[in-house]
Amino acid sequence: MSLRTIRILLWLPLVGFLIVLGLVLSGLIKPHDTSVRSQMVGKPLPAFALRSARPGQPPLASASFADGKVRLVNIFASWCVPCVVEMPQLAQLKQAGVVIEGIASRDKPADSLAFLQRNGDPYDRIGDDSTSAVQIAIGSSGVPETYVVDGKGIIRAQHIGPIQPQDVADILAAVKDAR
Amino acid sequence: MRRWIVLALLLAPAPLWADPTLAPEPLSYTQLPDPRQEAAAQALMQTIRCVVCQGQSIADSDADLAGDMRALVRQRIAAGEKPEAIRAWLVQRYGRWVSYTPPVDALTWPLWAAPILLLCVGGLMAGTAFKRRRR
Repeated sequence: MSLRTIRILLWLPLVGFLIVLGLVLSGLIKPHDTSVRSQMVGKPLPAFALRSARPGQPPLASASFADGKVRLVNIFASWCVPCVVEMPQLAQLKQAGVVIEGIASRDKPADSLAFLQRNGDPYDRIGDDSTSAVQIAIGSSGVPETYVVDGKGIIRAQHIGPIQPQDVADILAAVKDAR
Repeated sequence: MRRWIVLALLLAPAPLWADPTLAPEPLSYTQLPDPRQEAAAQALMQTIRCVVCQGQSIADSDADLAGDMRALVRQRIAAGEKPEAIRAWLVQRYGRWVSYTPPVDALTWPLWAAPILLLCVGGLMAGTAFKRRRR
């Protein structure tokens, strides 16, 4: 090896170090997003028919979504603390004229109803998804999650985590887009 | 005081916030009676990623959603569905990310080719190093 190549090769460790430094810095500036987005956005709702969590009420069936009305589908649970956070925002959306259907994940109907009594009930209908079957079919990875479903029964948008006050405008815009 | 409560809540692990009271699905913790079907379900469950405890398979994870996914896999296997069809169904919902066995295609071939290429490069380097020493 000539002296010149050795001189060039001596820079390699520094270059390697700078690459690693760049990776670390980029991770600090923009942390890795671990939320799992549903691949069902843009596709029709999976077929389901959940019995109602409210006694004597009609079931929540996917077929009933194709009636021209845009809806929100909100997956919630009585055991889910962040779900309490979004209840005022759901009430606000309901007041703005948005129809919200609830899917109670892994819950006893009595617990779901007690939860809604404490925190307000924004739901038109509530499906009892005691085995998470619909939650999995829809591609949801946790509670709470909210989906915008258009009048043809096609999922148009997904919101992961509780709807915070600053998210309400985005959700309303997504509902308007789906019309 | 309020600051300390918020801090305590932030430090509390997320699973503490979320604990369903409903008993788990029977099939999430019970094997199928037919050993061949159970083996097929086990093999599939070990290559499906848990969407809650990301990095664990649904066979390893104690998350409730993983339990429900195990129950779903066992029910479908018991109903005679092929494991690869169940995998495809889950990939359709959660993306390719959910499967631990990446297929070989236009996007993933470097993943499979890289070890072979690196082995060849290593072999070449070792070969030249040995040759030099012999001289």
